Amino acid sequence: MRPTKESATVSTSQASGVVGEVVPPPLDPTTEILRVEDLTVRFPTDDGMVHAVRGVSYALHPREVLGIVGESGSGKSVSSMAVMGLLPRSAKIGGRVLFRGDDVLRMRPDQQRSLRGRKIGMIFQDAMTALNPVLSIGAQLVEAVRSHEHISHTAALLRAQEMLDLVGIPQAKDRLRSYPHEFSGGMRQRAMIAMAVINRPDVIFADEPTTALDVTVQAQILDTLLAVKDEVDAAIVFITHDLGVIASVADRVLVMYAGKPVETAGVDEIFAEPRMPYTAGLLGSMPTVDLIGERLRPIQGTPPSLINLPTGCPFRPRCPIAIDVCASAEPPLLETDRRGHTAACHRWEDVAGYDDATSMFRVEKGQTVGLVAEDTEDVELPEVRPEELGRDGGTTAGGPA
Amino acid sequence: MSSDSTVTSTVTSTATSTATSTRSTPADLTAAPHLLQVDDLVMNFPVRGGGLFRRTVGQVQAVSGVSFSVDAGETLGIVGESGCGKSTTGRAVLQLHKPTSGSVTFEGTELTTLSPAQMRPHRRDLQIVFQDPYASLNPKLPVNDIIAEPLKVHGEWGRRSGPERVAELLRLVGLNPEHGNRFPHEFSGGQRQRIGIARALALEPKMLVLDEPVSALDVSVQAGVVNLLEDLQQRMNLGYLFIAHDLSIVRHISDRVAVMYLGRIVEIAPRDRLYSYGKHPYTRALLSAAPVADPVKERRRERITLHGDVPSPLNPPSGCRFRTRCWKAADICASETPPLAEVAPGHKVACHFPEDGATGF
Repeated sequence: MRPTKESATVSTSQASGVVGEVVPPPLDPTTEILRVEDLTVRFPTDDGMVHAVRGVSYALHPREVLGIVGESGSGKSVSSMAVMGLLPRSAKIGGRVLFRGDDVLRMRPDQQRSLRGRKIGMIFQDAMTALNPVLSIGAQLVEAVRSHEHISHTAALLRAQEMLDLVGIPQAKDRLRSYPHEFSGGMRQRAMIAMAVINRPDVIFADEPTTALDVTVQAQILDTLLAVKDEVDAAIVFITHDLGVIASVADRVLVMYAGKPVETAGVDEIFAEPRMPYTAGLLGSMPTVDLIGERLRPIQGTPPSLINLPTGCPFRPRCPIAIDVCASAEPPLLETDRRGHTAACHRWEDVAGYDDATSMFRVEKGQTVGLVAEDTEDVELPEVRPEELGRDGGTTAGGPA
Repeated sequence: MSSDSTVTSTVTSTATSTATSTRSTPADLTAAPHLLQVDDLVMNFPVRGGGLFRRTVGQVQAVSGVSFSVDAGETLGIVGESGCGKSTTGRAVLQLHKPTSGSVTFEGTELTTLSPAQMRPHRRDLQIVFQDPYASLNPKLPVNDIIAEPLKVHGEWGRRSGPERVAELLRLVGLNPEHGNRFPHEFSGGQRQRIGIARALALEPKMLVLDEPVSALDVSVQAGVVNLLEDLQQRMNLGYLFIAHDLSIVRHISDRVAVMYLGRIVEIAPRDRLYSYGKHPYTRALLSAAPVADPVKERRRERITLHGDVPSPLNPPSGCRFRTRCWKAADICASETPPLAEVAPGHKVACHFPEDGATGF
């Protein structure tokens, strides 16, 4: 079952800087509302340059939900903040962000401002800090309308009320006078959705919008968000670390690792047939029905430091099927055997050869305890090398020890 | 589980083997009813006014009559949403909060009536791992000292154990003992949680209360810690009280699961039974709302959407506390509190109108 090293096809010739191949061909480029091309973000720090985003490209079509998944530090939030123009001035941003053909990154600040909040709506994780605590919900909604449109206060208030209705806040008229602290967590999140869509944007960026909520409330908010999206005809970029949420909302998925997309595909395909070991590792870490009674299949080790990235594939030190070329050349994001399914992996064909790609991360019972000789018992380590186990224990937050 | 008793001793080093030999073996425990027995636990917190005398103006009814048991080698999962009292229950078990009423029996000893000094010897058997690996480790102490602290507090340091025991514990949780002189900030979240686990295991406890031990961690790291907890349990025959809001994790690790809502257990059952045939409407709603990492299943499943928010524990609804959000609620639900009644072996439900059939989770 395990593919041999010889069968690995490696395309070193293509391994340098291929960009812009991310967009699945079947989608019509003329309807694109947002196109991100080779976006890079760097932050100068005392310890050196942090390469937070290292070339993100995607295109967004009307009414589409693009899910961006990744773990902390993968650059998923930073890349979206860069698109929205919300990063501090110290950030060095490269690449292009085309909103209906115009490059957002090269606009004047006032042009950017008129786009943000009007054409691009935003929803954040923590509604309590995103809303102004000293202004009523109504006042904040009115401000959101009137900073982009010259309409009367009364007309704006009426629209605010309609929006609160739309997001399912009962007694919307009375609730306009409420302050954020008078709302529950779920209600605040609804209010923030209302604010994001009040100007009928074309794109909504939702950055972990339900992470702080309980599951029953999360279900309500996701339903609301998808209903509102259809109501205002927007597309959504949905950023989260939760694969369960991605499975329920996304049409297409982009998986990020160490500042780069490592796989993109339709939502069904990415869950059923991953082509990149990191995606497989994420899936194997999820406690699903199939893994009951078995050990979960975690990815050993920790993500690399974004200051001193190793050469080659950034996932190589944690990858159970890495080969020599993975250390020398970073694989570009290229189309795999399926249309619109791209992966950045030298061995994607071998990953495709697995019946269940998560099995490459399999650990047996008893293996996770202790690295002492007498504790290793008679179980063999089939796919995970002992030095990788040691890496998990040994690598500190600051970088390789 | 009894087959693991032999493995337990292999883990303990020579330095502590004398201590182990005096401890009861799991064979003795099977004679005793349960490792941990909690009966009708009530935990109210007074709410004081702002005046001069700070009179009590109300009671937050955090936990209102909770009963359950945990055996050696067994994991009882407690799930519920924020404010349901699951963490308070865990802390009351450890006597970190003195319960308002009810009983907590650990290995046959009633803990609620003990003074702090009398409680101390029992603490070595009953340890806790906290949620936040950033807040629960002293940032000024190197990891070796953090793990040695319980040994020093309980007078083992220098007599029965020393630095080699700390090194052994670090190895046990998958950390390199050479890094023991580093400080907590030099470790990642998952590594810190492993340090917290090593500290909890230092005194060879019989039971761990795990309060959201993995919810602050990234998925791939989370999976590693869950695996570690399972392996440790198997080797040391530990009883786990696993408190979490993540239904998938709880299903993976638990033998039995209790669902809490607003201070009460509404349903408790063996794991597979609860997830496949949970009967309480709240259990159903919770299961249907939990996202599943499978887009095909996600599209097929029917979701029960609850309306409104959880009522305040200051003034909980009469009768069944879930009735204000329940689609099946009738008059009787307001007037009579449904008892937690057994519907199948080990499966108890507190509902006047329990659901039938499979959950579809």
